[in-house]
Amino acid sequence: MAGKIRIRARLDGDICEVKALMRHPMETGMRKDAAGEAIPAHFIEDVQVTHNGNVVMHAYWGAAVSANPFLAVRFAGAAAGDTVMVTWTDNKGEKGEGDTKIR
Amino acid sequence: MRKIIANSVAACCLMSAAMGGWTQDSGIFDEYREMMGDDNPAIFVIDEGEEYWFTPSGPKDASLEQCDLGLGAGVVEGAYAQFPRYFEDVDRVMDLEARLEHCMIELQGRSRAEIHAKPYSLRGDQGTEIEALAAWIADQSNGVTIAPRQEHPKERDMYALGEKLFYYRAGPHDFACSTCHGQEGMRIRLQDLAALATHEGAAGAYSSWPAYRISEGVVRTMGWRMRDCFRQQRMPELVMGSEASIALQTYLAVNAAGTEISAPGLKR
Amino acid sequence: MTRSLVALLLLVLAGSVSADDAYDALKASMVDKNHVKTERMERDEIQEFCSKPRGEAGDPEKAKAIREKAMAGVVFPQNGEFLGSWQRGYEVANNGKGLQYSDDPNEPNGGNCYACHKLDPREVAYGTLGPALAGYGVRGQSEVVLKYTWTKLWNTHAYNVCSHMPRFGDQNILTEQQLKDVMAYLLDPESPVNTPYEE
Repeated sequence: MAGKIRIRARLDGDICEVKALMRHPMETGMRKDAAGEAIPAHFIEDVQVTHNGNVVMHAYWGAAVSANPFLAVRFAGAAAGDTVMVTWTDNKGEKGEGDTKIR
Repeated sequence: MRKIIANSVAACCLMSAAMGGWTQDSGIFDEYREMMGDDNPAIFVIDEGEEYWFTPSGPKDASLEQCDLGLGAGVVEGAYAQFPRYFEDVDRVMDLEARLEHCMIELQGRSRAEIHAKPYSLRGDQGTEIEALAAWIADQSNGVTIAPRQEHPKERDMYALGEKLFYYRAGPHDFACSTCHGQEGMRIRLQDLAALATHEGAAGAYSSWPAYRISEGVVRTMGWRMRDCFRQQRMPELVMGSEASIALQTYLAVNAAGTEISAPGLKR
Repeated sequence: MTRSLVALLLLVLAGSVSADDAYDALKASMVDKNHVKTERMERDEIQEFCSKPRGEAGDPEKAKAIREKAMAGVVFPQNGEFLGSWQRGYEVANNGKGLQYSDDPNEPNGGNCYACHKLDPREVAYGTLGPALAGYGVRGQSEVVLKYTWTKLWNTHAYNVCSHMPRFGDQNILTEQQLKDVMAYLLDPESPVNTPYEE
């Protein structure tokens, strides 16, 4: 379940728009479950978007980002067929990644 | 370390409904939907549902591939749009959850108790088997016209019962479904309310369930929605796939008939 | 009387579902959950009479009897004081909890007034199922107004036979003190409900 990313990358002139939907509980650590037990924090801390291996966006996320987060990024200097990759690391050290070719 | 951030937009924390005049289908949620396009988190749940369908389970170590959802064993495409419907093998009308329960018991040898132990997600859960199956099965009817069968007398009885239940005032607050859903153009706090006794109201509401609920991070079914309505009406717990649940869904589906399924939907 | 007998006969002949079937179906479809029991699905006279679309009037004799009984059953404050604290009244109006199986039965119930009514004009998160009550206090505090308002809260069916507003006093949803506090929220000139707001 964790690790899945659905990525789409579309070229509009010189600007590439990347849309990524990530499967992740993004649990804040502040909630209690139905039995009253604290639900441990489990959220993405680090996200990177790369274009042909070069980092075009690097973000530090926290518990405020909602579950199954959606990310949209626009950057310049892309061409159709180039590879866009999205990777994340969470507070437990788990990782997720996905890539796609720009259309 | 220098972070290169070019024109990025990140989906933010859960929006509180108490911010400035937002109603269900206006303002910030329209923006959100437009931003996401087809990227409803339900897409992950759909994949999970498909996996459940084809994975052997239970004492009989069988999958659900032989489950007949009304169009023949294993035929899933378009099946959800014809629910609730009469099934000859059990001589009664069933909604999707009742039918899945039936297939799990008959094909997989699972127990009713196990299936009903926790059919719907509780706080902290990432989704249940029933929710995932419902998401996939509904997706297999996406774009199909809602056409619940109303030929068998039991199907028509279910509609009549559903209508009676819709207006049934009970509990310490004297609430019925019609209390909130019996008029057009109303809202509770900032949540717009569909007028479910009309075609337009029922069509908009019924066609978009099951749905991914942003506030909960899981896919919810129409059966769950009914259960949670009853909770808010100060009534006891509605059993999944029970007669009242089936009757009310029949009432909604028939009122909505003619509209296309647009599920899994995306809701607050 | 004859008219309703004929109607009943027609219903039975048409083979449509009788009210008992609805109760039976619900009893068979629900289970007790925490402190909420399936007995809650048993309807009293008002609930049974009002289990119909808003447009349907029902038997006028029956309606009159219900209104009169509701009016006769109103219990006014023991000490004759109708108004409590509007600050506490706000808490009651804003609290949507109470009597659900997910609620703690040891916590006070809320009135959840904002679910259906506009009250403080500064509060944007209000519902429209009931009439707007912003500026309600313009009515003043005559005995007539106090008794009318109290009656509406206690058992609104005294005036509106099939209102969808809960019977906050008659059904013990709110305590006498809570009702007084809501009265103050509505009628106290100092209450934000009665303080104009320029948007």
